[in-house]
Amino acid sequence: MREFAYQRARRVREALVAGGDGARYLGGGTNLVDLMKNGVEAPARLVDVRFLPLDGVRDAPDGGLVIGATTTNADAAADPGVRRRFPALSQAVLAGASGQLRNMATVGGNLLQRTRCAYFTDSSAPCNKRAPGSGCAAIVGEHHNHAVLGWSGHCAATHPSDMAVALAAFDAVVHYETLDGAGEIPLSEFYLPVGDTPQRETALPPGALITAVSLPKSAVLPRSRYRKVRERASYAFATVSVAAALDVHNGLFRDARIALGGVASRPWRARAGEDVLRDGPATVERIRAAADAALAAAEPLRDNGYKVTLARNLVTAVLTDLAEEARR
Amino acid sequence: MTRQTVLESGLPTGAVGVARPRLEGRAKVTGAARYAADEPMRDLAHGWIVLSTVSRGRIRDIDAAAVLGMPGVLGVLDHRNAPRLNPEAGHFFGPDGGLQLLQNDVIPHAGRPVALVVAETPEQARAAAEALPVTYDEQPHDTDFSAGHPAARPAMALFDGPVDVGDVDVELAASAAVVDQRYRTPEEHCSAMEPHSATAWWEGERLQAVDTNQGPFFVAGVLATLFSLKFEQVRIRCEHLGGGFGSKGLCGPQLVLAVMATTLLGRPVRVTLTRDQVFLATAMRPVIEQRVRIGAGADGRLRAIHHEPTFALSPLAEYIEGCTELTKTLYAARAIRTRPTVVPLDILPPYSMRGPGAAPGSFALESAVDELAERLGIDPLELRLRNEPTAGPVSGLPFSNRNLVGCLRAGARRFGWAARDHRPRMRREGHLLTGTGLAATSFSTGAFPSSASITAETDGTFTVCIGAADIGTGARTALTAVAADALEVGTDRIMIRIADSDLGPAWPAGGSRGTTSWSWAITEAASRLRDQLPDPARPVTATADTTQLLGELPSRERHAFSAVFAEVTVDPATGEVRVRRLLGMFAIGRVINPLTARSQLVGGMIGGLSMALHEEGIRDRNSGRHVNADFAGYHIAAHADVPDVEADFVPDHEPGIPVGVKGAGEIGNVGTAAAIANAVWHATGRRQRTLPIRLDRVLED
Amino acid sequence: MTDRTHSDISLRVNDATHRLSVDNRTTLLDALREGVGHTGPKKGCDHGQCGACTVLTDGRRVVSCLTLAVAAEGAEITTVEGLAGDGELLAIQEAFIRLDGFQCGYCTSGQLCSAVGMLAEHEAGWPSAVTADVSPDRPAPELDATEVRERMSGNLCRCGAYPSIVRAVLESAAREEVAR
Repeated sequence: MREFAYQRARRVREALVAGGDGARYLGGGTNLVDLMKNGVEAPARLVDVRFLPLDGVRDAPDGGLVIGATTTNADAAADPGVRRRFPALSQAVLAGASGQLRNMATVGGNLLQRTRCAYFTDSSAPCNKRAPGSGCAAIVGEHHNHAVLGWSGHCAATHPSDMAVALAAFDAVVHYETLDGAGEIPLSEFYLPVGDTPQRETALPPGALITAVSLPKSAVLPRSRYRKVRERASYAFATVSVAAALDVHNGLFRDARIALGGVASRPWRARAGEDVLRDGPATVERIRAAADAALAAAEPLRDNGYKVTLARNLVTAVLTDLAEEARR
Repeated sequence: MTRQTVLESGLPTGAVGVARPRLEGRAKVTGAARYAADEPMRDLAHGWIVLSTVSRGRIRDIDAAAVLGMPGVLGVLDHRNAPRLNPEAGHFFGPDGGLQLLQNDVIPHAGRPVALVVAETPEQARAAAEALPVTYDEQPHDTDFSAGHPAARPAMALFDGPVDVGDVDVELAASAAVVDQRYRTPEEHCSAMEPHSATAWWEGERLQAVDTNQGPFFVAGVLATLFSLKFEQVRIRCEHLGGGFGSKGLCGPQLVLAVMATTLLGRPVRVTLTRDQVFLATAMRPVIEQRVRIGAGADGRLRAIHHEPTFALSPLAEYIEGCTELTKTLYAARAIRTRPTVVPLDILPPYSMRGPGAAPGSFALESAVDELAERLGIDPLELRLRNEPTAGPVSGLPFSNRNLVGCLRAGARRFGWAARDHRPRMRREGHLLTGTGLAATSFSTGAFPSSASITAETDGTFTVCIGAADIGTGARTALTAVAADALEVGTDRIMIRIADSDLGPAWPAGGSRGTTSWSWAITEAASRLRDQLPDPARPVTATADTTQLLGELPSRERHAFSAVFAEVTVDPATGEVRVRRLLGMFAIGRVINPLTARSQLVGGMIGGLSMALHEEGIRDRNSGRHVNADFAGYHIAAHADVPDVEADFVPDHEPGIPVGVKGAGEIGNVGTAAAIANAVWHATGRRQRTLPIRLDRVLED
Repeated sequence: MTDRTHSDISLRVNDATHRLSVDNRTTLLDALREGVGHTGPKKGCDHGQCGACTVLTDGRRVVSCLTLAVAAEGAEITTVEGLAGDGELLAIQEAFIRLDGFQCGYCTSGQLCSAVGMLAEHEAGWPSAVTADVSPDRPAPELDATEVRERMSGNLCRCGAYPSIVRAVLESAAREEVAR
């Protein structure tokens, strides 16, 4: 690990000034410190942002919610407003990592966590995301748990966040500040397509500090759920996960949200699946058709075709459960 | 003192058989117990290992000068300046090239230590190790295992050599039902929670080390040979160990390199492996493919078992993964043939992991027996009961004491086996399928030479010294009970000392033979002490070595036995398998401490569950290197994977061995994977012949 | 703005203040073990993947291997050494001994700190991934074996002491319930 300076910021502007070249913002450190140990990250300075006044969940003027960037994952999941209006978000956060890590990790940091592709964290392996131009070891090597959607010949890594999958389903907006002023990016545009620049992951301007994530009231649906399948029952990254929300009325799907985790370089909002449901009859057939549509664009690698089946089954199962609950 | 005779009759006396919490319990729940890396040490320097990143080749250059000026760096050891080692040194299977670290520029496998950087602090050592420029001349490597590999050859026959009883082909031809299948288990890692650590220093002519190993006396001997020292010059201690499971049975790289560094630098050096180094540089169970052909008559009597395990090893060292042990033990069959085969590859030498041979071997055998029961339309429990042998199926020797039937019947009763509908895929709970399965198991038992000494102190207490190691078994607590009964005193009068090579020859904590070997030595020392006159004025010491006594033990088939029952739920839409119930009934001889023995067996079964569902060492097909050398990639069972596992004992006793104990360490691990795989078949109708039973292997469209 | 790579910090550990000069790279785990001399927290993986290094900071369980010592300044840290006050074991420590909630003991300090933090989280009404309905308008989830297993899953145990650990946690939780 390279030597670095450490600074605690008490005001956002102070953080932004210190956050220039070679610096990284330190939240819970659960991913950043780990990557520094692996030599993937080597910042010259850490700017500790946990003491900024960006903590907590509050009601937004539009009736939605605003989650401060330094709110810990644990606090976000336990927040009554999140649990009441966006239960799938609470479930997604609770499905991630462990109790200890959720107590440390922050909402802002969670959005920026890096892939757990083993070739990315092994500094001696080729990896276009870590060392652009060095190649992708996963596409020809071990990729049992890699992407089936939206990958490119340069990188097939998946985004590891559970929380971001639920945020994608709920039309979240990421708020940030730079020295030039504040800005916001819808989550759907926050993560960049892989293309030939897998090292560029988000649309955040250089030096920007995430200050909050907001969830619009329009995303509040009567029922939502997050379900995660992984290689052990807990404390493992997703093989495939689904965040879904439904509004069923008079035997029709009035509205629906579907987002997938573990299948792409970003949380994958499956709008094609939602379109199949919206205003259609609330039937199992329609749900199956939606699941097919959600995965229609999937292109598995040599050894991960099962993920397409798994994702399709999982979308079907979660939507079926939600629809049955709505009928009861 | 009167001569004690009750033990000979096998009846319980005072302390043995009583559940007692561990002696070191308070130290372990308050953080006071010191493990190898916890020992405070003055003037300590820290070593950080640099591992090869290529799978085969030669070191072109190591630019030590590039890091010698970094803050705190004291030195860099590599093949150009490291002390020379004795190539004769080895472990149980002869000379072990895995010990010959930093001796030349050859890279035999990825993860081979190529240098040790020593610095004042661990952070400085790590920074310099990561900055050390190492270049290689890479050569083509072969890490691609297959049973039909052109380099395949018969395994060493030290034990588990090939056997032929009867004519397998004739008997198979005459069978009403035959199963002929291949079973595959991946590389598996012991994954003890404590990474290997050693601290070494010289005191005059004497080499001292605090290490993490399962047998301080054994490892001290290997180390003495390796560094061409007299045995008396080496002292190794390992007071508390954070698990071993086989991976600490050897003289590990942490110890070899710490000794080299302290020898060159003249101050104490600590070398602690990182978790990925534990995966890369300490021994794993090899990848194994097993072909099993098994046939029976319509009456369910076995006619033939043909078992051909093929496993990977390294040209650096011989190794035997004794997969056919159960094949030669569990069932009567007219013909039995085994052909253990090895494939040398460019990998770290594999070595014993908990339930060596028997755990993967039983997965193959007990899966095949279950398949045979299905073909025959016979209850899998009944099929096993019908093939109970009267003598060793291969050796012809009588069993010392065989209580597999007791385990099967008691387990079946408790588990509710009689109500089982044996047809697969008949039970649904909502979207889940459920099923049950069982496996019969055995693990060889016995004792190896050990010594112990007991001193009758003048205050009425007894100091018991034995070179045992406690890797989590509760050895101190168990041996205290054995000593108390042998001396006919309360346990409060026994002071036990273990985990020090100066305490005399002793078998390591391994092979399910630790407690048996040690308790024998203690019992014998106690007997000799009682033959001496007590002296109130001075301590009296008696010492015993069991080498000769062991030779007098009659030849018998000696095994612990068990039956494992599992119930699983399967979600066919996701492939998720959950173990809902797990029961093991064990015949492990006399139980010294039911509390800790039960823990050990339950823990073994959880290891088996983990093997069945989670564990898989994965290599990159191009580089040959481990891909998942951490706990986020190599999954071991977590709390949420584990139900309230039940282990219990059937009355048992091992004749001829003092205290009547068999081993408990390995057998818990054995059989569980097969029981779970059989339960998954019962739930889904699909056989799982490859471990782990991953999502993608169960998932249905 | 400082660009020093070392810091003089004071750490509050088990109600005592320790002044340390640390390399900024030093983790809280290493500072506790090497600087303060509390070797109860263990380094099982150093990557937040096993839980053996779990300690409490301001009453919340965290992994000390991914916490930088310099970032822990100002927090009240409790290690396994500080759980028992005045030599009197906590009910959960006593239950671990009596029910054999460990074998090798290496993960134990992390399991204990994690359990103490987890019980407080449950007491505060936090749901878990196995809580059927996370709605705050429903009664808080009862702490049963399934809840304990999920909430404790960040603490790996290779000896397989899980069932005894779960029993010890449930038993000590029940006793505290009675005591209240």
